[in-house]
Amino acid sequence: MERLAKTFAATAERSETALVAYLTCGYPAGAEMAGLITSVADAGADIVELGVPFSDPMGDGPVIQHTAAHALAAGMTLPGVIETVREVRENGVDTPIVLMGYSNPFLRYGLTTLYADVAAAGADGLVVPDLPAYEAGDWIKCATESDLAQVFFAAPTSRPERLERTVAASSGFLYALATNGVTGSRAELNPAIGQYLDGVAAIAGTLPVCVGFGISRPEHVRSLHGRAAGVIVGSALMQRLDDARTASAREDMASGFIRELKGACR
Amino acid sequence: MTDSTPAPQPLGRFGAYGGRYVPEALVAALEELDEHRRKAMADPAFLGELTELQRSYTGRPSILTSVPRFAAEHCGGAQVVLKREDLNHTGSHKINNVLGQALLTKRMGKTRVIAETGAGQHGVATATAAALMGLDCTVYMGRVDTERQALNVARMRLLGAEVVPVDHGSRTLKDAVNEAFRDWVANVGHTHYVLGTVTGPYPFPEMVRDFHRVIGVEARAQMLDEYGRLPDAVLACVGGGSNAMGIFHRFLDDADVRLIGLEGGGEGISSGRHASRFSGEASPGVLHGAFTYVLQDDEGQTIESHSVSAGLDYPSVGPEHSYLRDAGRAEYRPITDTQAMEAFRALSRTEGILPAIESAHAVAGAMQLGQELGPDALLLVNLSGRGDKDVHTAAQWFGLLEGDDPIESAPIGQAPDGAEGEGVQL
Repeated sequence: MERLAKTFAATAERSETALVAYLTCGYPAGAEMAGLITSVADAGADIVELGVPFSDPMGDGPVIQHTAAHALAAGMTLPGVIETVREVRENGVDTPIVLMGYSNPFLRYGLTTLYADVAAAGADGLVVPDLPAYEAGDWIKCATESDLAQVFFAAPTSRPERLERTVAASSGFLYALATNGVTGSRAELNPAIGQYLDGVAAIAGTLPVCVGFGISRPEHVRSLHGRAAGVIVGSALMQRLDDARTASAREDMASGFIRELKGACR
Repeated sequence: MTDSTPAPQPLGRFGAYGGRYVPEALVAALEELDEHRRKAMADPAFLGELTELQRSYTGRPSILTSVPRFAAEHCGGAQVVLKREDLNHTGSHKINNVLGQALLTKRMGKTRVIAETGAGQHGVATATAAALMGLDCTVYMGRVDTERQALNVARMRLLGAEVVPVDHGSRTLKDAVNEAFRDWVANVGHTHYVLGTVTGPYPFPEMVRDFHRVIGVEARAQMLDEYGRLPDAVLACVGGGSNAMGIFHRFLDDADVRLIGLEGGGEGISSGRHASRFSGEASPGVLHGAFTYVLQDDEGQTIESHSVSAGLDYPSVGPEHSYLRDAGRAEYRPITDTQAMEAFRALSRTEGILPAIESAHAVAGAMQLGQELGPDALLLVNLSGRGDKDVHTAAQWFGLLEGDDPIESAPIGQAPDGAEGEGVQL
């Protein structure tokens, strides 16, 4: 939790948008993850969102579906994701890392053990896209005990009363969906996004708001400057990894893209 | 922010099971749906319109049929009665739920419906209701299912629906559900997702059950009227479990009536290739928005199910079934592909009724239970669908098509051993 708070304080201090980089853990290979995470962190990602692959990702578009299925087929597991976090912390990477995954693998692992192990490995929180705050009583309790962030979502369709309860249950940051839909790059941002984010920010108060879904270009990032504490980039980054052929090409591709986006955060 | 107002949320739980595990973008749509269906179910005008459609479009009430020749030869002489949901318009129970949800769609001012389908029955029913009510319709169907149910794909297209084959994952029902949710989350403003069974996020399990409840309401009154007593057991096949919840629900308070759900046992539990959530390795987890029994591995990843019946080939089950199972109120048994096909043949030959392969699992359950309980037993079987859509699969299974070998290694019934390329004749 402290790492996340410091990060948002530092980016706000510099009048920067925090850049959150999503990587599906295990894509294209478990052995490449430490290198990729280090690359995006060194290139300027302020937070890494590490995807725990699931067989039925109902909130994801084609790119993340594909990378998750590939990671599973290549043998990535939740213990493997936790081990990856431990490895990059041992390598000295101090960038906040939140795990993002669907509820069932987490439930199967057992929530009490999960949060303890995740915290011990050095991760900073959990983002669970199919877990609305009202289903999350046990999760929030475990997160509080382990001093981990529990991140929930705001959507353009969320009514203010719900949003207030979601904000009250959230820690670390609030994940605001740029649009109603699944993950994936889009050419244009929702034209009403400014007004929507202002409404979310008013309810979120001091809780930082990060925007995701469809953000793929520097101009998207630039247009959100000052409207959100952070931006989240997932499918666009994974698509670039998919286009590279070797591990070092993937690290270069990821670094270059993150550097370009981070430039638009300032 | 507002720690003073911990607002009550209708979580829609059946004991520990159910809930609403969905992306935030869908929560508002589910709340809207819940609000509208509660008002509708208390509105005499809505209920009157639905009842009239059931009468003059579906053909309700569906009749009971006694099947004495089948019972004498295959069920230990027990008396067996079929609830004929197969005679409904479109050929299965699915129309009950679909008409209710299509009416709700119009009430909510939405113009488009989407649906998932496995066997194709729910897709056909949704396409039918969409045609009737002037709604746009898109149906998601796993690629594997579009191939084994090609005729139903053509039926949906003839009715004006767009059918989208799904190529992700196992390319069956579970993947069609994922794809339907993805469509819904992006188009929630004008689209209603007509979920076809008693699972998914609240309020679907309760709402779909309530639209199918008419099956049990009719059957209970008909049993008392025509047979003078309640059955000793009610049997129904369970994929997601909508026809079973529909017939079980009115009997829940009749403690002496056993409620028995028959799951797709595939190639047998020990083979690992089956669709039985209540035997073998399944345990509670979250899939498609509900906490319920799920076929999953040690990592919490969904395991692909297997059944000869596309409609039962689903790794999860309605949360109310999980509740009834844990509470001991309902029992669940696996029926293997071979047992189901044997029941299919037996009912066809002794009564002239071709059941859907899904429903043949319930018929097979009656064969087991009749043998166990003997001639005094009175069994009510929900014949949830008719077998026309399965003629190709059955003909292949029994080796009735020119040039096909029987799927079974050992032909059943009266087929002479080694009768080449002929197998059993239906």
